[in-house]
Amino acid sequence: MRNEMTIEFLSVSENESLARVAVASFVSQINPTMEELTDIKTVVSEAVTNAIIHGYQEKVDQKVRLMCSIDGGEIEITIQDEGEGIEDVEMAREPLYTSKPEWERSGMGFTIMENFMDHVEITSGPGEGTTIHMKKQLTSTKALCN
Amino acid sequence: MSLHVDFIVKENVLLVRLEGELDHHEASRLREAWQQELANNNVGHVIVNLEKLTFMDSSGLGVMLGRYKEVQASGSEMVICSISPEVRRLFDLSGMFKIVKLVDNETFALEMLGVAS
Repeated sequence: MRNEMTIEFLSVSENESLARVAVASFVSQINPTMEELTDIKTVVSEAVTNAIIHGYQEKVDQKVRLMCSIDGGEIEITIQDEGEGIEDVEMAREPLYTSKPEWERSGMGFTIMENFMDHVEITSGPGEGTTIHMKKQLTSTKALCN
Repeated sequence: MSLHVDFIVKENVLLVRLEGELDHHEASRLREAWQQELANNNVGHVIVNLEKLTFMDSSGLGVMLGRYKEVQASGSEMVICSISPEVRRLFDLSGMFKIVKLVDNETFALEMLGVAS
């Protein structure tokens, strides 16, 4: 079965939990384990938080777009902003790197996304916004695909 | 679901009980309240009880690390207890327990810091 959804919301931090709940409830259709569900909620939270604080520098009148699809046991999530973009994507991916140490950021966002998902692709450039595309195959369906 | 925080002072220990979800939206409010409690009370050590914390992301790690640094700088200890498997995955990934002590429950944590129950 294939299914997909798109939601768009303002860049206010209240919507971080909305994004997590929306994706968790959407992917529940294909019965992820509790651990997989936590992983997915965590990476959505990381990517949406990045869009709000880094992409839009906490401006609250901008748009964040979230797309999610399920196909068999594979989940694809795309989180997109039209904010300032990332100058050096490789540096941003480094564990513990943060552009905002004064904000008490842990610098673990991309590391968490890479560990909790099978595939993470970042498309970004200065002034071009950021798109994060992530994929994960659920373990319960992995055996069937091999 | 939002975050609910209880601060309790036991002798020279500040006990912080977190309930709900800790993300970027909740992180700054938690940091301010926590720093205020540390400033207002004559406490040294901190115990963070995560028993009822159902979700945390890297913004939460940032707050924990920030308080750990402050507590450590004042020569005291910070101990985390009662963590759920879901939240633990994030702490393990970040290597947090290489620097912050983790114990099973609040009673052990209080004993460890020399508070009589």
